[in-house]
Amino acid sequence: MNVQAWTFLLVSASFALYIGIAIWSRASTTKEFYVAGAGVSPLANGMATAADWMSAASFISMAGLISFMGYDGSVYLLGWTGGYVLLALLLAPYLRKYGAFTVPDFVGDRYYSQVARIVAVVCAIFVSFTYVAGQMRGVGIVFGRFLEVDVNTGVIIGMAIVFFYAVLGGMKGITYTQVAQYCVLIFAYMVPAIFLSIMITGNPVPQLGLGGVDQASGMALFERLNGLHLELGFAPYTSGTKSTLDVFFITAALMVGTAGLPHVIIRFYTVPRVRDARISVGWALLFISLLYTTAPAVAVFARTNLINSVQDVPYSEVPEWFTNWEETGLVSFDDLNGDGRIQFVGPDAPVANELTVDRDIMVLANPEIAGLPDWVVGLVAAGGLAAALSTAAGLLLVISSAVSHDLLKRSLHPEISDKDELLAARVAAGLAVLVAGYFGMNPPGFVAQVVAFAFGLAASSFFPVIILGIFSKRTTREGAILGMVTGITFTAAYIIYFKFVRPDLDSAANWWFGISPEGIGTVGMLLNFGITWTVSRFTPPPPPQIQVLVDLIRVPRGAGDAHELNL
Amino acid sequence: MQNEPTPSVTDPATVARHAEYWRRNIRVVGALLVVWFAVSFGLSILLAETLNAFTLPGTNYPLGFWFAQQGSIYVFVILIFVYVRLMNRLDREFDVDEGSAS
Repeated sequence: MNVQAWTFLLVSASFALYIGIAIWSRASTTKEFYVAGAGVSPLANGMATAADWMSAASFISMAGLISFMGYDGSVYLLGWTGGYVLLALLLAPYLRKYGAFTVPDFVGDRYYSQVARIVAVVCAIFVSFTYVAGQMRGVGIVFGRFLEVDVNTGVIIGMAIVFFYAVLGGMKGITYTQVAQYCVLIFAYMVPAIFLSIMITGNPVPQLGLGGVDQASGMALFERLNGLHLELGFAPYTSGTKSTLDVFFITAALMVGTAGLPHVIIRFYTVPRVRDARISVGWALLFISLLYTTAPAVAVFARTNLINSVQDVPYSEVPEWFTNWEETGLVSFDDLNGDGRIQFVGPDAPVANELTVDRDIMVLANPEIAGLPDWVVGLVAAGGLAAALSTAAGLLLVISSAVSHDLLKRSLHPEISDKDELLAARVAAGLAVLVAGYFGMNPPGFVAQVVAFAFGLAASSFFPVIILGIFSKRTTREGAILGMVTGITFTAAYIIYFKFVRPDLDSAANWWFGISPEGIGTVGMLLNFGITWTVSRFTPPPPPQIQVLVDLIRVPRGAGDAHELNL
Repeated sequence: MQNEPTPSVTDPATVARHAEYWRRNIRVVGALLVVWFAVSFGLSILLAETLNAFTLPGTNYPLGFWFAQQGSIYVFVILIFVYVRLMNRLDREFDVDEGSAS
């Protein structure tokens, strides 16, 4: 069997599994549709959260980013895992005790205000659509390269699968497909990593192999790679080129953004109890860390392999993978000095660099670069699709519940029956799939920039008002609304200015205090905290029943979900 | 769960017990966040370059780089499981736990 046959087989088998699970786990009430009936075991929720969280960006792009950024890539590793500590300690248990269906639910109720609810709905929808576009692009890349179908056909197949289980099963269907998708994606990520680790370092555990010895040269792997980098005019792999301050702010923005992303937060509404929510974050991070501690190893293996297999190789003798990826336009070679050889060098080299490699292909091309068996290549394709589809489904649920629950039920049409709300939720999920599909077929050219947006906005909007809503009873409606609006407006304005209005000025010299648009969410968050806190001190305190509500949220034991109490 | 009576939040003894529980909760969270900050922002970012002069014993990892790309993640996982343990114990001590069945 060749690569394409293996890919076809493994991708079809995984899709059949997801559809089977969807049929088995249909939702029949809104509570099942929104929060899987709050009956998911903490371990299963941990796996589902891991798949929900690890998107096409984590699976396909992250190791490649680190591979090209070296130490600077740490911002993603630290930011996208450290946020879970904040989630576990500051958010998940209390939001579970509150027991709502959505994030705007909590914001609207805690701040006794429809305005606060609507602001939260707008943030949730914007953040989620931003993210979905990226997932659909990942689906397109995988289909285009491995199954050689048209990207649009690939997106339609992906949409059909998500449509099936998200619309039918809601959160219940999504949860159990995500458990399966976690298993597929982690297996698909680990197998090539283990192969590579054995090949390069002789150690089957990538996390240990990375700190080991490069078998080919007999040198420590890091020394070998830093040596190659120096020789070829790149900055040393283990030290960064970004300023320490910027690394600090970007890491903080990603951490806080992670903890504030609605599709992650709502996963902790699905477990039965507060203590389940706590342990469930622990399981989630444990499952996530398996991939996240492997990624830096994959990054170094891929980097070493790439340099060894293309640098100074005559273009007429390039390996087959090179030609395959060249056809997709993600690898390109421009023989500037006309010597027929590939010069892959850094900015400090005496000659010009002639090779452009898209960071997104490092993980996907890795098995081919290393000459691994065909079935491993097919497995990676199935894993990439699992990562993209699981995250897309989680995001679509946030969008559909924002429309059917927060807008329809809680704002416009409170007397709607459970059955009608469920229908509305399904219709909204269906429409959201179509919009996501449109973005997948006509991807905005600025997906990468927009990701900075999603984290910046989540960090500067939800995180401060949720935290203060729990930890400070004095926080008022006026404070929260002003805080959210200022945080978002400031962050969005800074990012839009440097990414869309004056991209020519987007460099450290023009940034405020050297903080890049990726890290500005941290400043937005601090502004939000400061304003919410200060304004709350000068406005009338929240009504007594809200203070009682906060008291109830803080204590695990209690009569069911706090939001169901008639205060 | 739906059948339990609404907890009395006006009974002074309960109010005092819940207030003390909350103070202890804040202390646990605060202490763990100090570790979280020290490892991620301290060792992995502010001190990374300094620590890179050393390697992680028994391996060839530059120490600062190891903290930034491996070590902190392990510490984060441990922190959450420690939090779960401490909080479950605190819940029982203040009689606010949710029992064994839901």
